[in-house]
Amino acid sequence: MSTGLVVVQILNGLQFGVLLFLIAAGLTLVFGVMDFINLAHGVQYMLGAYLAVAFYALTGNFLVALVLALAAALVFGLLLEFLVFRHLYDRDHLEQVIATFGIIIFLNQAVKTVWGAAPLTLPIPEIFSGSIVLMPGLLYPVWRLVIIGSGLAVGLLLYILVGYTRVGMLVRAGATNARMVSALGVDIHRLFMIVFGFGTMLAAFAGAMIAPILSVEPGMGDTVLILAFVVIVIGGIGSMRGAFLAALLIGLVDTLGRSFAIDILRLVMPPSPARTVGPAIASMLIYVLMALVLYFRPSGLFPARGRG
Amino acid sequence: MNQTLAASGTLASQSDRVGGLPAAIFLLLALVPFVAGFGPESYVLGLFTRVMVFAIAALALDFICGYGGLVSFGHAAFVGIGAYAVGILGAHGITDMLVSLPVALLASALFAYLTGNVCLRTKSVYFIMITLAFGQMAYFIAGSLAPYGGDDGLTIHLRSTLFGFSILKNDRTFYYFVLLTLLAVYLLFRAVVYSRFGRVFRGARENPTRMSALGFDVFRFQRVGYVIAGAVGGLSGFMLANATEFVSPAYMSWQRSGELIIMILLGGLGTLHGAIIGAAAYLLIEEALGGITEQWKLIFGPLLVLIVLFARGGLLGLADKVRGRLSRA
Amino acid sequence: MPDPVLQLDDLHKNFGGLVVTDGVTLDIGAGELHAVIGPNGAGKTTLINQISGLLAPTAGTIRFDGIDVTALPVDKRAQLGLARSFQITSVLTRFSALENVALAVQARDQTSYRFFGRADREQTINDAATSALAEVGLAERGDILAAHLSHGEKRALELAIAIAMQPKLLLLDEPMAGTGHEESARLVDVIKRLKGRFSMLLVEHDMPAVFALADRISVLTYGRILASGTPDAVRADPKVVAAYLGEEME
Repeated sequence: MSTGLVVVQILNGLQFGVLLFLIAAGLTLVFGVMDFINLAHGVQYMLGAYLAVAFYALTGNFLVALVLALAAALVFGLLLEFLVFRHLYDRDHLEQVIATFGIIIFLNQAVKTVWGAAPLTLPIPEIFSGSIVLMPGLLYPVWRLVIIGSGLAVGLLLYILVGYTRVGMLVRAGATNARMVSALGVDIHRLFMIVFGFGTMLAAFAGAMIAPILSVEPGMGDTVLILAFVVIVIGGIGSMRGAFLAALLIGLVDTLGRSFAIDILRLVMPPSPARTVGPAIASMLIYVLMALVLYFRPSGLFPARGRG
Repeated sequence: MNQTLAASGTLASQSDRVGGLPAAIFLLLALVPFVAGFGPESYVLGLFTRVMVFAIAALALDFICGYGGLVSFGHAAFVGIGAYAVGILGAHGITDMLVSLPVALLASALFAYLTGNVCLRTKSVYFIMITLAFGQMAYFIAGSLAPYGGDDGLTIHLRSTLFGFSILKNDRTFYYFVLLTLLAVYLLFRAVVYSRFGRVFRGARENPTRMSALGFDVFRFQRVGYVIAGAVGGLSGFMLANATEFVSPAYMSWQRSGELIIMILLGGLGTLHGAIIGAAAYLLIEEALGGITEQWKLIFGPLLVLIVLFARGGLLGLADKVRGRLSRA
Repeated sequence: MPDPVLQLDDLHKNFGGLVVTDGVTLDIGAGELHAVIGPNGAGKTTLINQISGLLAPTAGTIRFDGIDVTALPVDKRAQLGLARSFQITSVLTRFSALENVALAVQARDQTSYRFFGRADREQTINDAATSALAEVGLAERGDILAAHLSHGEKRALELAIAIAMQPKLLLLDEPMAGTGHEESARLVDVIKRLKGRFSMLLVEHDMPAVFALADRISVLTYGRILASGTPDAVRADPKVVAAYLGEEME
């Protein structure tokens, strides 16, 4: 276990965390403002990846593909909102879960039909395709740093938007008490659409950015979605700050846990059981973390609606 | 907002009214082996065995979700734990059900107790996500158990025995074994729902504040209900492992948990026999559509959305509406 | 001399920077009906929520029957004999009126971990429930689904549920809220008949009802007790008159 390896895994953890934040941000906003559980958020992430691949095939330029993918994802998301989600805001959470589950089933299959089940790839843009030297003898892929950077930039953007603009204020107010905001005369439907559209774009952005590193395949959004739920549950529903911190925490704990679980266990037990137990414990880590946080703070670390 | 789904099931008279339908269901199920054709590899027999196995899990879920208001999106974890109990013990040469069945029940009940302690403290809204997360955790743990097949799963070479006798080897015997279990589980939940405990459990769904104000420790009641449901889920898993002679982490996947919720919704939430109908409907639709086209999910997904939007109360609700129209005609 | 049934000692409740309860000290004796009145926003419901256990005070203690219950959860206080009715009707709409009350009787019994046997057919529980319903004039309406009761009947049902708990102290949070003239007169009669059986803390806006029922009245304004005493004393207190006149002029 060298310092170099630790640094690399810390960076990987940050990158993973930033990715989770991008997805969780949209999810927690939609949930906080509209009280709507959107299981289909994961497929919006997947769509972002697929659209990026498709537009890249058309244009040969990553940046153009990214912009087009975001636009297409936005249109698609708003279409979904108009056709389906809008009718579910008043419903039980259970019904929202089943309906959005139906959308996942449909889209995972649709994507398979259109693009096939085989994983697709997207090349990293030329200028970012190398590795840089972080420390003597330690190389780290530039693109991963780009992801971290862009994620932080988006985080900063969100912070400014939510904290310092009029729309942001309405969003924060809506997250605390949507009915009140509506009663004050704000066009709540337009607010919902803005929130929803933004959330969709965040997820699609994450999908597009990760596409060059991960394989793009049907169902890629599902596992990430559940992790995003863990993030917002720990962070507190409706809270951007909570989502950010929780996402980084989970990204780090999960990545470092998986990398070093066996090594850490070897300190207290012989290698063979460590090799068996290690991966099992590593997979449990973030859920144990979630359980611990919830035990002491049932509403998460920074719930938007307060702990009253 | 809670008036949306359930066909209630809280008024005593309602349960008396539908008395005929559950009996009909069990009668039909009892007749299946005669219709299914003979021979050990009967396809229909296997299909309906699976229907009943999932119906057992669905009943447990209907209990906590339809009657208790606890929307668990991790119910498949209990099924998987029960199944793995059979698989892991089998891998070590232990096949007697007098060992594997209690282990399956205890393991899933324990998991329910431990996770319930966390989930049930939170608002109902978080509950869905947390149960989903814990289900995922179980899934990953199962997948990381390399000595027991890891992601690929584990074959079970011998169905559970009793005192050394392979009583479940014959598919028809096994079918009736599962049927009797299903009947017992159904009667159990029917009794519990209308018992003193059940009344508190149902009241807590509608208004936990009111229940506390009466002096009920709502958390403890819900935890007991959750553990019961978990144990019955484990029972379903025990059956599943025996039915398929295989266990894999996929049994605990969140998609499976979602399917269980679809089953209870499809049949009619909060009715118990709706869970059985829903399990049958879901699996039969899956078989039928899957036979027509590989892309059946393209149809099924939107179908789910339409059901949620327009067919509240599931199949039983639709049947009620149709009956209502007919009686007015 | 027996402990007062309820003792509030310098109770404070802040929500962030907002002070809602500002040092309330109050005693309620056995068998007493103590009314708490005050203009809107005075903090009456917050006070009741702290007494029943829904809210934790920021400072101060609550003693019930001599026991410090400040840290006890709602259900434990109910088990000790503290019952409440809610300002916003919270009967169980999917159960019949009888079953609503039967649940309260069952709670008293302490043996709710019974998993077999139809609870709704238990004669002893149903009998006790029926007599509680009779006290509020709902004996005939036992089998009706609570959702189908009129608003006034629901308020009466709230009262029946609380009575069935056979409490030592009954917190009545605006029992007449939203009821018409006839039904509120009926509720006043019911409450009058209950006087002496157990202590009651009554929060109400309906002044005629308050003055007809209360043994003592405390006036709450801006989270503190402005005046406390017999109805006549309070009625004549110049501070109280000023507070209410001030309210009316708004």
